[in-house]
Amino acid sequence: MKSIILQTATRYLLPILLLFSFFLLFRGHNSPGGGFVGGLVAAAAYALYSIAFGVEEAKKLLRIEPVYLIATGLMFALISGMIAFFSFDTFMTGKWSDFNFPLFGKLGSPLLFDLGVYVVVIGITLKILFTISEEVKP
Amino acid sequence: MLLFSVLSGIFVACLVPFLFKLGRKPGSLIISLVPLSLFLFYLFNFGISDNLGYYESFDFFPALGVNLNFVMDSYALIFALIITGIGTVVFFYSSYYLAENPYLDRFYIYILVFMASMLGIVISDNMVIMFIFWEFTSISSFMLIGFKHREEKSRYSAWQALLVTGSGALALLAGILLLYLITGKMNFSEINSMPQIIQSSTLFLPAMFLVLGGAFTKSAQMPFHFWLPNAMEAPTPVSAYLHSATMVKAGIYLMARINPAFQGAIEWETTLSVFGGITMLFAAYMALKQIDLKRILAYTTLSVLGTLTLLIGIGTPAAMQAMIVYLIAHALYKGTLFLVAGAIDHGTGTRNIDEIGGLKKFMPITAIAATLAALSMAGVIPLFGFIGKELLYEAALEHSLVDYATFGAVFFAALFGVVAAGMSGIFPFFGKAKYPNEKPHEASFIMTTGFVITAFLGLLFGLVPMLVSDNVAKATSDVYYNLPLAVGSSMQLALWHGFNSVLFLSLGTLALGIGILMFRAKLFPIIRKINLPEFLQPSKAYDVSTAILIGSARLTTKILQNGYLRNYITLILLTLLLLTSYSLFAFSDLSVISLYYPVTFYEITIAVIISISAVLVIKSSGRLQAVAALGVVGIFVAIIFSIYGAPDLALTQYSIETLTVILFVLVIYKLPKFLNYSKFSHRLQDFVLAALVGLTMTILILMVTANELPPEFKDYYGQTSYILGKGRNIVNVILVDYRALDTLGEIVVLSLAALGVFALLKLKKDDGDSI
Repeated sequence: MKSIILQTATRYLLPILLLFSFFLLFRGHNSPGGGFVGGLVAAAAYALYSIAFGVEEAKKLLRIEPVYLIATGLMFALISGMIAFFSFDTFMTGKWSDFNFPLFGKLGSPLLFDLGVYVVVIGITLKILFTISEEVKP
Repeated sequence: MLLFSVLSGIFVACLVPFLFKLGRKPGSLIISLVPLSLFLFYLFNFGISDNLGYYESFDFFPALGVNLNFVMDSYALIFALIITGIGTVVFFYSSYYLAENPYLDRFYIYILVFMASMLGIVISDNMVIMFIFWEFTSISSFMLIGFKHREEKSRYSAWQALLVTGSGALALLAGILLLYLITGKMNFSEINSMPQIIQSSTLFLPAMFLVLGGAFTKSAQMPFHFWLPNAMEAPTPVSAYLHSATMVKAGIYLMARINPAFQGAIEWETTLSVFGGITMLFAAYMALKQIDLKRILAYTTLSVLGTLTLLIGIGTPAAMQAMIVYLIAHALYKGTLFLVAGAIDHGTGTRNIDEIGGLKKFMPITAIAATLAALSMAGVIPLFGFIGKELLYEAALEHSLVDYATFGAVFFAALFGVVAAGMSGIFPFFGKAKYPNEKPHEASFIMTTGFVITAFLGLLFGLVPMLVSDNVAKATSDVYYNLPLAVGSSMQLALWHGFNSVLFLSLGTLALGIGILMFRAKLFPIIRKINLPEFLQPSKAYDVSTAILIGSARLTTKILQNGYLRNYITLILLTLLLLTSYSLFAFSDLSVISLYYPVTFYEITIAVIISISAVLVIKSSGRLQAVAALGVVGIFVAIIFSIYGAPDLALTQYSIETLTVILFVLVIYKLPKFLNYSKFSHRLQDFVLAALVGLTMTILILMVTANELPPEFKDYYGQTSYILGKGRNIVNVILVDYRALDTLGEIVVLSLAALGVFALLKLKKDDGDSI
């Protein structure tokens, strides 16, 4: 299924969708969005790419094996919970910076947690997607 | 400080792969410094400078009273020093013993985790935290017993150890919870100060037996003993460390640690004495029947575990003191003998005692260490084992001048112990030289240094008992409720107790034991022939019950998961239907439902579109159409979400629908043509089920909307979300902050699902290890 129109459109859509997924991730704390949706959108971007160019191309574009994304994301989530240990608080106590960063606003451990969810969701979706689309190759 | 000392092992375990990048030898030597530095840390901070009683507490789960409370008293210190001390020897020893093993890095990871969790057990004051570490030791033991995982027998033994100790641990957890119900306390230090309250409670006996269920399985008391000899499948350093010196003593540790709370109760003392006594005697006899060096040592270890349990059961201050001395002596000599067995195996290629003899010519250093350890095990003056045996006899005599059974059991167990010491530590090295294959060779310097040190410590503590005397006395008062001060300070250890009945008993045991060994050529064949009756071999019961377990698992799988997707869905929906409608009709008031809602035009439109697409899904003759129609249903559900003010939900639903359709298309694209196999009767059945589920869900939703949530919930989140969570989107703040632990659990489950898909589709049987 090679379609010039789809391929050309995908080339422009992919970065926009990824940017949009970041946007969803970071606005999530104050408005609708968040790591889960963001991750799904990013995964959908790669899914679109793999439909337009084939799974092999999508894998090449991603560069990293999705399982590592899953592991990294889980690690982020775990570390975000452990940040509180440094001030002798219990696991998963939210910690926030006292000042605002440009663009992001306040940074804190829940944001890292959300980032972890984002990465895990991308990893999971793509792992399933790649595995299934390879398996059914006759 | 204590928390860090416990966690350092786990921390280094995470670094093992990187340390091994430096090379196997340097890596393993650096790792071996961990137990050594911990040993020195405990020795200097608590052993020499008197910091005992140091208490440390961090919040962990304060709402349930589960906090990281650690305490270092004399009793814990003795264990901590044994764990790190024997650990140091074993870690260095393994770096040579397993030098050629390709999985040496894994070995160090498991054993580091084990050491850390064992330390966690002995210095935790909180019972639940102790329990968590307890489970960690079971798991690391499982990994280490199954270390040669390509061998059927290793895997069987590993499973057995895990199942036996694991089910015991469940009992222990229940016991801990019962103790919590009785006292409302979670810490040993608090529980131990209220024996009257505990022993007068109706829950006392259940709690006691449940705790004992954990302790007996872990410390391999009869009838749960069978996993320990099988655990000898593990590499020898592991047997020396886990299955002799430390992990199997966790049960003993627990029984003594909790002794002040149960002390004086007749049920407690009787149970411990009976089970301990039987284990002690029968295991000692079983040891004589073995020809494998490691199995002899395993059964004598069992016998010692029985002795320690018996001593706690006797329960006098003298018995507790004897227990602690015996424990230290045993860790030293048995650790040595196991490592010697490994060296013999390494040097000659066999562990069969009938095939080896006179090895002292080839392995002189090993022979010295083995002799010292064996003499300590036999209780020969002036070794530390002698003091232990004297105290044991004293405690048994004091307890039971009338109770000849206890005394007789102790005597015979000690006698068999002497014989086993000769078999395992003396005869392989003396007498006529014999060895099966090529010429035996001495073990390398680092290997021998370790067990020579432990062997000589046995001699040193025997000659200069003042070194440990104070600590033993203090530890005795740690595990005894309200020990009178005069009794405590009078309990000094000494090598020479004068000419009394105990001394003659010791000498008599020794003489008889040597007598048996002299006539071993005639006696051993007879001993090996006498088999224990069936009911003393409960490993058969284990085999039968695991067979039943596996059989019933297979049966339920066959019924519930028969490989037909439609049956899964039918089953899931049926369960949902039954449970929901039962609670709906049994417990709820259906009259609150009102059927009069104002309906708007667009709601009707959405409902019509959803219904049409649903019909299309059923009616379509191709897969692609069905999936597309299903997608339409999903998207319109999402529209409902956005209309009713749940933008987060709607957003997620849109993306999920999109991805599901993509996944479906990817699969369907390559499947064979759609065929309709189902009969009319099936369809009718499915229709009825679907209709009923739909109806139930409708009623359920009407009920939910009729009973509005109390406004406090919304207000609470609305008010605190920005202040506590620094976010205005309540849904997201709940997900990543209020309920982050739940979310963490969910993403872990999702990850496992992805790995499951991968495993189902990709892993072939012949792929071996690789993932």
